[in-house]
Amino acid sequence: MGRIVLKNVTKSFGDTQVIPPLDLTIEDGEFTVFVGPSGCGKSTLLRMIAGLEDLTSGYIEIDGNDATQVPPSERGLAMVFQSYALYPHMSVRKNIGFPLRMAKMDQAEIDQKVETAAQSLNLMDYLDRKPADLSGGQRQRVAIGRAIVREPAAFLFDEPLSNLDAALRVGMRLEIGELHERLKTTMIYVTHDQVEAMTMANKIVVLQAGVIEQVGSPLELYHKPRNKFVAGFIGSPKMNLIEGAEAAKHNAHTIGVRPEHIEVSTTGGQWEGKVGVAEHLGSDTFIHVHGIDGCDPMTVRAAGDVAVKHGDTVFLTPQAQNIHKFDQKGLRIE
Amino acid sequence: MAIVAKPSKFAKFGRPTLAWIVGLLFFFPIFWMVLTSFKTDADAVKPEYLIWFTPTLENYLNMTENYDYWRFAKNSVITSVLATAFTLFVGIPCAYAMAFNPSRTTKDVLMWMLSTKMLPAAAVLYPMTFITKSLGLFDSHFLIILVLSLINLPIVVWMLFTYFKEIPKDIIEAGQMDGVSTWGEIKEILIPLAWGGIASTALLCFIFCWNEAYWTVRLTTTDAATLSKLIEGNRAPEGLFFGRLSAVSAAAVGPIVVLGWFCQKQLVQGLTFGAVK
Repeated sequence: MGRIVLKNVTKSFGDTQVIPPLDLTIEDGEFTVFVGPSGCGKSTLLRMIAGLEDLTSGYIEIDGNDATQVPPSERGLAMVFQSYALYPHMSVRKNIGFPLRMAKMDQAEIDQKVETAAQSLNLMDYLDRKPADLSGGQRQRVAIGRAIVREPAAFLFDEPLSNLDAALRVGMRLEIGELHERLKTTMIYVTHDQVEAMTMANKIVVLQAGVIEQVGSPLELYHKPRNKFVAGFIGSPKMNLIEGAEAAKHNAHTIGVRPEHIEVSTTGGQWEGKVGVAEHLGSDTFIHVHGIDGCDPMTVRAAGDVAVKHGDTVFLTPQAQNIHKFDQKGLRIE
Repeated sequence: MAIVAKPSKFAKFGRPTLAWIVGLLFFFPIFWMVLTSFKTDADAVKPEYLIWFTPTLENYLNMTENYDYWRFAKNSVITSVLATAFTLFVGIPCAYAMAFNPSRTTKDVLMWMLSTKMLPAAAVLYPMTFITKSLGLFDSHFLIILVLSLINLPIVVWMLFTYFKEIPKDIIEAGQMDGVSTWGEIKEILIPLAWGGIASTALLCFIFCWNEAYWTVRLTTTDAATLSKLIEGNRAPEGLFFGRLSAVSAAAVGPIVVLGWFCQKQLVQGLTFGAVK
C-alpha cells in the first residue's frame, strides 16, 4: 500500500522559500510524474517525501501514518537516483541484496529474491561484477533491482534516465512502465522531460517555482491546460501563443493553438507568412513560419512530407475547435 | 614536421639534479645518525673516524641491557596505537556528520578546531602539569593517550572530512533509503569507500603520536614514558654521548620509518581508489 498525502508542505532554504504551502494526494498504485523546468522544486519535493530533506512546515502522511518526523530509513520507500548511487565496493549481487541484508533477512531468502529481481531485469550475467564494469543502462537496472527487492510502499525516481543516451532512454522508459503494470505499486517520478511525463504517467503534476500549476491525466493536461504555462510546457513542439488583434477576435488576451492543429496551404487561408525553416522528419514536417501578427515564428506540424522550403509563402488556418483561450492573467477561459 | 614544445635544459637535467640534492639533504641527518650509532662514544667525536671507523654494536646492546629500551618502546606502541584508535573512533563519526549533514556553523567549527593547533603548548604547560598531578593522572598511560588524542583530533577530523567530501552524497542517501541506521551506514558504506583515506589518516596520526615529544617528556617520568623520553634521558647531564644518543634515536625512529616504507604502496593505492561515476 502506498497512499501519500502532503498537507500544507513548505520548504525554505535560508530566507528563500522554494516551496510555498502545497497540498497533494498520491493515490495507492498511481504512477505520478512531477514535471517542470529546472529549479521548479520537483526534486526537492521528492526528497521531502523520501525524508532526505526536512520540511520547513507542514505534514506528510504515508499510508495514513504521520511520516513527517520519520527518518528516510524507516519510511519504507525506495529511491532510484539520477547518478544511480550504487555502492562501488559491492558486486551487483551485494548491491541488490543490500537492503535485505540490512533488514536482517536470512541469506537463502536474500539470494532467492536477488535472483528473481536479476532475472526480471536481465542482470543474471552480471551478478558478480562491480558497478564500475557496467554500462549506464545496466547500472540503472541494478539501481531499480535494489529498489524492487524491498517491496517498498512506493518507488521514488529522481530523473533516473537523464544520464542515459536517447535510444536507451526510450527502452528504459518502457521497462519502468512495464514494471509499474506488473507491480502496481505507487511510483513517483521526477523529470524535466515532458515526453517522459506524457508517456508514463497516470497523473502529472506540473510545477513551476514550487507551485503546482496543474494536476491531471496526460490528456487532460494536453486538451485542457489550466493556464498559459501548462499550455506551453506540455506538448511537443510547443503550443503557439498568439496575442493582440487575433486574440481579441476570440475575446481573449491570448489564444493558443498547437502546431498539430493548424492546416497549411500554399493557396489560401486565415494567416499568411513566409517559411523560415522547414524540418522534414519523414513522418511529419515542422514548419516555422515568420510574419504572422502576434506570434513569430509560428510552428506548424504537418503530417507527412510537405514540400515547402525557406522563403515560400504559406497560408495557415487554425482548427476552430482546438483554439485555447487565456485571459490577462494567463488563466484558461472556457 | 609537427611543432612540439621542447623540454628546456632545466626540465631535462636541472630538475632531477635538484630533486636528488633535496632528497639527500633530507636523508643525510638520518644516515649520519645511523652511522654514528655504530661508533663508540669516544670515536664519535674524533674527526679522524668521521667515515672510517671500527663498527660496534656496543651502543645497541648497552641500550637494551642498561636502559630498558623495550619498556619505552612498549609504552610508545601502547599509547600511539590506542590514541590513534580513539582519535579515529571519535573523528570518523564527527567528520561524517560534518561532511554529509553540514549545518551553517560547520565551517566555523572546522576553523575553530584548527585554531586550537595555534595555541603554543608552553602556554598551558603549568596548568596541565598542575591539573594532571592533582588528579593523579601524571605519568599514566591514560593521560598520554588522552593528550595524544586531543592533540591530533583536529588534524584527523580535517583529513577525514576532506576524504569523506569526495564520496558522492547520493551514495550515502541511497544507504538511508535502503534502511540503514547511521552506524550501519558508517560501517557498511563510509568506511569501505573511504578506506584509503582512513588508512593514511591513521598512519599519519600514528606517526604524530609516536614522534610527539613535548608532552610525553613533560608529563611522564617512568611508568608511561615513551621513546621520546628515552632519547631525552640520554641527553645526559654527564655530557653528550653521541654514539649512545644516536643508537637510541635510531631505535626510536626505526619502527616508524619501516612502517611508513611498507605502507607507502598501499597508501598510494588507497588514495586513488576509483569512485564510480
